[in-house]
Amino acid sequence: MVDLAFLLVTFFMLTTQFRPDEAVVVDPPSSTSDLRAPDSDILTLTIDNKKRVFFGYDKGPVKEAAIKAVGAKYGVTFTPAQIKQFALLPNFGVPITQLGSYLDKDTEQRKALNKGLPGVPYDSLNNQMIDWVLEARKANAALFKKPTFLAIRGDGNADVQTVQTVIKELQEKDINRFNLVTSLEMKPTYVGK
Amino acid sequence: MAEIQQKGGDSGKGGKKRAKKMSTKIDMTPMVDLAFLLLTFFMLTTTFAKPNVMQLTMPVKDKNIKDDEQTKIKASQAVTIILAPDNKVFYYFGLNEPTDKSVAVPEVKVTDFSANGIRKVLLDRQQQQPEPIILIEPYVYEGKEAKYKNMVDILDEMNITNQKKYALINISKKDVDLIKKQNLL
Repeated sequence: MVDLAFLLVTFFMLTTQFRPDEAVVVDPPSSTSDLRAPDSDILTLTIDNKKRVFFGYDKGPVKEAAIKAVGAKYGVTFTPAQIKQFALLPNFGVPITQLGSYLDKDTEQRKALNKGLPGVPYDSLNNQMIDWVLEARKANAALFKKPTFLAIRGDGNADVQTVQTVIKELQEKDINRFNLVTSLEMKPTYVGK
Repeated sequence: MAEIQQKGGDSGKGGKKRAKKMSTKIDMTPMVDLAFLLLTFFMLTTTFAKPNVMQLTMPVKDKNIKDDEQTKIKASQAVTIILAPDNKVFYYFGLNEPTDKSVAVPEVKVTDFSANGIRKVLLDRQQQQPEPIILIEPYVYEGKEAKYKNMVDILDEMNITNQKKYALINISKKDVDLIKKQNLL
């Protein structure tokens, strides 16, 4: 029994992935949809209740490719250390021009900064969000030959307008399938008249 | 505690007292306690649960189609649901065409997201009128707007009531005017 206990301890210790510190905490609304998100290749656009959008991807190499491509587009270069740091972050919400200095900070400083971050710009004049999404999709297709699962993780109290704007911008680029992250709620047992 | 002490083979033969043999057994209890503590901790912190998602597929935008080539919704089929601020739901049947005098001005009704609210309205309508088409319009006007939660809730109601045809669109100016006119906000 003790042997088994130790075996399980070892198993859980090795398989546990501590949930990385996300830049923003959101409380997704509940729905009766019992569809599950896949294991990997998830691009998450987090929308909080202050109209901010955060970009996240679950694979480091894809993020490394994306930061290089987006950086090249906006004429911003990153040091190898910054790129490495970027690959480790679960998500971020700063314009590309501020991203370098954001990555230079250590974990504690970033945590303190996160409250006041402006989010990734997504308005039509300066739409960095769409560049991140497109570059990450392209990188994932090139590196892993897999389609990307686009998840929108909105806070229940976020306003509809922000979500609709994000959806509209993505539709402009022919992305028409979205997945809204929700928490599970029981289906009503009786749907009568 | 959980240990059985065995008496050594001291049969009492001969008077010579030998040095007591030290037991080779160690008390394992604290270690096992710790092992189970760790086991419980890791089991509880492991995030097995993947997030649930709700799929939302938007129609493909075809830029070549002109406005007058698009299919018009029949008035008998149309149901417009407006997601209002403060978790309220406005709805009306038929079309709202303020410029066309032949179309009667629809009466906007107010309900909510409870089981007897919008769900009942939808189910009743599905019985009376086969294949209704639902237009979902989140209210966004003059700083007052619906919450994202409401949008998910109404999409969820579509799944629950097994409503096949629905569209998520932006609110039109004429619907804002209609709500203003009927003093609902």
